[in-house]
Amino acid sequence: MKKNAPGQRGLLQKLILAPYSVWAALFIVVPLGFVAYYAFTDSAFHFTFDNITRFFTATSTVTEGEISREVHTYLLIFARSLKLAVISTFICLLMGYPMAYIMARASDRTQKILVTLIMIPMWMNFLIRTYAWMTILQDTGIFNGILGLVGLGPVHIIGTEGAVVIGMVYDYFPYMILPIYSIMAKMDVKLLEAARDLGCNNLGVLRRVIWPLSLPGVISGIIMVLIPSISTFYISQKLGNGKFYLIGDAIEGQYVANNLHFAAAIAFILMVILLVCMALMQRYANKKAVAA
Amino acid sequence: MKPASKVFTALIMIFLFAPIVILLVFSFNEAKSLSVFSGFSLYWYRELFRDSETLNAVKNTLLLAVCAAAISTVMGTAAAVGINKLRSRYLHAVMDTVTNIPMINPEIITGISLMLMFVFVGRLFGAATSLSFWTLLIAHVTFCLPYVILQVLPKLQQMDQSLPEAAMDLGCTPLRAFLKVEIPEILPGVITGMIMAFTLSLDDFVISYFTTGNGFQTLPIRIYNMTKKTVTPKMYALATIIFFVILALLLVSNLSDSDGSQTIKAAKQKRQKHSMKNHA
Amino acid sequence: MKKTLSLLLAALIFALLLSGCGSSDKLTLNVYNWGEYISDGSEDSFHTIREFETWYEATYGQKLKVNYDTYASNEDMYNKISSGAVSYDVIIPSDYMIARMREENMLLPLDFSNIPNYQYIDAGFHGLYYDPDDQYTVPYTYGVVGIIYNANIVDEADAQGWDLMWNPKYAGNILQFNNSRDAFATAQYRLGLDVNDTDRAKWDAALSELKTQAPLVKSYVMDEVFNMMESGEAAVAPYYAGDYFTMLDAQADNIDLRFYYPDPTNYFVDAMCIPSCCQNKELAEIFINYMLSAEPAIANAEYISYASPNALVYEDAGYLEDIGPEAAAILYPGLEDFSARYNQYAFRNLDSETLNYVNSLWENLKIA
Repeated sequence: MKKNAPGQRGLLQKLILAPYSVWAALFIVVPLGFVAYYAFTDSAFHFTFDNITRFFTATSTVTEGEISREVHTYLLIFARSLKLAVISTFICLLMGYPMAYIMARASDRTQKILVTLIMIPMWMNFLIRTYAWMTILQDTGIFNGILGLVGLGPVHIIGTEGAVVIGMVYDYFPYMILPIYSIMAKMDVKLLEAARDLGCNNLGVLRRVIWPLSLPGVISGIIMVLIPSISTFYISQKLGNGKFYLIGDAIEGQYVANNLHFAAAIAFILMVILLVCMALMQRYANKKAVAA
Repeated sequence: MKPASKVFTALIMIFLFAPIVILLVFSFNEAKSLSVFSGFSLYWYRELFRDSETLNAVKNTLLLAVCAAAISTVMGTAAAVGINKLRSRYLHAVMDTVTNIPMINPEIITGISLMLMFVFVGRLFGAATSLSFWTLLIAHVTFCLPYVILQVLPKLQQMDQSLPEAAMDLGCTPLRAFLKVEIPEILPGVITGMIMAFTLSLDDFVISYFTTGNGFQTLPIRIYNMTKKTVTPKMYALATIIFFVILALLLVSNLSDSDGSQTIKAAKQKRQKHSMKNHA
Repeated sequence: MKKTLSLLLAALIFALLLSGCGSSDKLTLNVYNWGEYISDGSEDSFHTIREFETWYEATYGQKLKVNYDTYASNEDMYNKISSGAVSYDVIIPSDYMIARMREENMLLPLDFSNIPNYQYIDAGFHGLYYDPDDQYTVPYTYGVVGIIYNANIVDEADAQGWDLMWNPKYAGNILQFNNSRDAFATAQYRLGLDVNDTDRAKWDAALSELKTQAPLVKSYVMDEVFNMMESGEAAVAPYYAGDYFTMLDAQADNIDLRFYYPDPTNYFVDAMCIPSCCQNKELAEIFINYMLSAEPAIANAEYISYASPNALVYEDAGYLEDIGPEAAAILYPGLEDFSARYNQYAFRNLDSETLNYVNSLWENLKIA
């Protein structure tokens, strides 16, 4: 039987990456060059590091009662954005992982129905969904209305971090569950049965077999939720009552104040930080995939 | 399904559909308000059908989303296959990094940097205006690609590498092995990626605003620009209609798809029986 | 099955693309305006753009297509036009943005022989700071910031001046603008400061005022103000006079919204102008003239519910009857010294260092 010459295989492999490489070079790398160009220049387009240092050194005065202290403005904003993003991602994972597992073990027909149901909120316009959440979570909203019917006091949700997290979890939930489900659906049931035969209880099967095998999907889901939710701005404005100034709001604020150079600098620094994190996460995922 | 699973699923569904129920209910609101329900009326549906600008925006949005999803799925799948095959760790890291950039960048930065780039290129060609449907499409494909790639790559890693090699041992060309063996294996990832690309494109407003040309407004841009007054229940009526259309489409595709997936399933079972026989 | 599906899809895309590709030979006018800022045929109103196309074809015998695009803020519009990415024939920015675009030579002087209806613009709108020689702009709407409050919650005695927004009695019921200039202005007017002062110490003082207010503020809002006031989520909000009437129409049964002007307060003018990237100046001027004619001007004014500087509107008996005496009294409080008050209290474009400083103060307020 003839085997194809390795040279032919190599050519096909190289060609398959060509369209994307060209596209990426033109539409990802070149605009990135513009961002870097703006980040490292001032309004007269002279080279400067001022924008970058400003991110790390700018301070604001925060007064609590009688005590005033200086905080690093953008570091604080970044920390808060990261905190909310991590919490939202964690909750998405907590909700999404069991849901994906349930879906993967369900009958074919049920699986299809569940996948459809989970995807439907994605198709509703994001702005409209956020308005609907405002109607639910407002102090005079539906949720408090229902609580009132059973005699419970009104709960102040909107304008709190909780409301922002709810909004973010709602928007990003399908992006967490679908990759995990996609991996779990293809998981070889025989491996689970083998583990059980070897004496594992349910928790053991989960820990030793299911979790490691599903890890690529989990990492993919975490990336697709965590990264975009750091720079979210619309949800924090509408559901946070404008009280949470996140990194996305900061960039928008600089843009409105016509400071495109500093806005670009914030984005540039954010990008470097996140790229490093993601590279580490994907290295971890690749190692685990090779091991598994 | 176990009862605990049923309860959990029900809770998740309540969470997912609570806002949608609100949309449905308030689309029939008599008054203009989004939070005060005063009576049942089909007024806003009538308004919606007379609003040709909004309907035009819906058409634009759908067209854009279909094109963007199709192009980014094909290109993204090819890219994922190519990245997965890279031997050099360094190149792999570079491609990973470049792929992640559109996902990391805040949308306003992506939007403005793409706009500046299009203007730059436009000036090179001496064009009066640089933006159009095509620049908008390019922008959408660009931010959809990372999501497609991130869906397909794990499936490629999960796939048994010996399968395509076995196919080629049996005489397939690399291309045939790819089409007949690899693609069915990674198909769930590809489809999920395509759906994600489609919904991302449907919802985008910031990047779309900065990369669209004259006369081509999408629905999200139109809604996002409704800042002088307020969003009226007319938009809720639109969302309700979209909901029922999607529901119908998905039901239809699920009912007819059952033949297709069963064929794949049968083929897989055959293959598994085959491999088990060989290993026994 | 898959084949038919993909064929259907291809046909759909093809059909949509075809319907999108119109004849590029048709005469086109590109208009760029705020969202929801023109009478657009909703709720049985006059569809200004379509009527213009019809009128133009009837008058000049040539088919015309208007590309009507919208923007959400002056800054969005400015960034898109200044980058050179798009070209529009008519834009409708706010005063401070017009001043900035004029200084940067982004506007074209108007040929008023093509805009005879300009005569109906009240003289009080001549010589405003952003266009002192009245060469570049035609006013479209104007407005004044006032305070809207729920009389079921707020005592009448408290409903005066800017102090209501700082009154601890209504803590958690007060709304504030979610943009730096408007929010600082409420504090600056209360302290008697000039909103266009570049003295940083004065801005710091205004920041202190806002920081004092912050614990009392329920939410920093822009268009969310409508829902929040209508549903009773909040009881005090600063916003524009015309928007009060929109809220009044949609308020819940247990809400009683009232309105007053504190003194001093902010004035704004949105005006039509022609950017330098315009591709058909005469057509743009014809459009501006059409917008000033009676039927479109009245329809637009009724739709937007802001005040109109056009005599054909505010002297029209039908219009005055439609909006009612209360609205007429609030929207048109008396134009005697409008230009003097306007030039004193309206926002001017600040230089970039001050803008930068103000923005950093705004960030300080938000993260505290």
